[in-house]
Amino acid sequence: MANGSLITDELRKMIGVTLDTIAFKVEEGAIQRYAQAIGDPNPLFNDPDFASKTKYGRLLAPPGFTGWPAKTGRPTEKLFVFLVKAGAPPRILDGGIEFEFIEPIGAGDVLTATTKIAKVTERETKLGKTMFTTAEVTFVNQKGRLVLKSWATIIQF
Amino acid sequence: MAKQIYYEDVEVDTEITPLAKIATTRMLVQWAGASGDFNPLHYDEDFAKAMGVGAPIVHGALKRAWLGHLMTDWIGEEGKLKKLSCQYRGMDYPRKMKTMEEPHDGETWWCKGKVTKKYEEGGEHLVECEIWVENGKGEKTTPGSALVALPMRAKK
Repeated sequence: MANGSLITDELRKMIGVTLDTIAFKVEEGAIQRYAQAIGDPNPLFNDPDFASKTKYGRLLAPPGFTGWPAKTGRPTEKLFVFLVKAGAPPRILDGGIEFEFIEPIGAGDVLTATTKIAKVTERETKLGKTMFTTAEVTFVNQKGRLVLKSWATIIQF
Repeated sequence: MAKQIYYEDVEVDTEITPLAKIATTRMLVQWAGASGDFNPLHYDEDFAKAMGVGAPIVHGALKRAWLGHLMTDWIGEEGKLKKLSCQYRGMDYPRKMKTMEEPHDGETWWCKGKVTKKYEEGGEHLVECEIWVENGKGEKTTPGSALVALPMRAKK
């Protein structure tokens, strides 16, 4: 930890290493409840009969929804625990997210999400010495197709 | 959903049809359940105060989902959302409830955007957009960007 850096050696060693792999099903009811919570009446996300007659053939998940709970491209609990254990500052803010949508995700899909730390940087901000971690999550469906990639920014200070 | 928009219909600076949203305490509870994010920062007054944000704040991910709604409404069933990103810059505070269903008067949020670039690549007709959520004071609390592919009116 040279020069008071927030990025510990333990953390630096983990960049690019897979932290977590989980598989889960995207349920129809979960999609509907998510669309309702957004206030999005789009029948592609709400009406299975309508959606089944479209080219998608099933209820579609709104962009960023990959199944309940909280697997919307967010880093997992395990990642937060890991970051704090690796000596990162304890105060955490959700900095933002970037999604690349590759193929549609819909009801009945089984996704496997793999999380790794893609990048860690630090700089002085109005919060003081601040660390920015980019967690990359890739989602592969039951056919082995890459359907979604996300990059979440975690701010710690 | 509005009628289908085509690549020929948009130019740089074309405005994305704005979408109004009203965040309420009720909506935040609904979102917590639907997303599975049970961080008390978004529903517990004392916890939010202790965390230094004053009162429960709107989930960043909910504002991100609103921006998804903005884009999927605009591009229609034949459009394809390829990328979406946003940054959680400013905190937003939900309206409290007056009755079971009705919130108190207060802030309305707007999801907005405009086209910044259009081009063809790999056989697709792509449109880049600047998007954001703005609060009742007109401040962009959640700026972001999106990339979409739109259908062509005239097949080449």
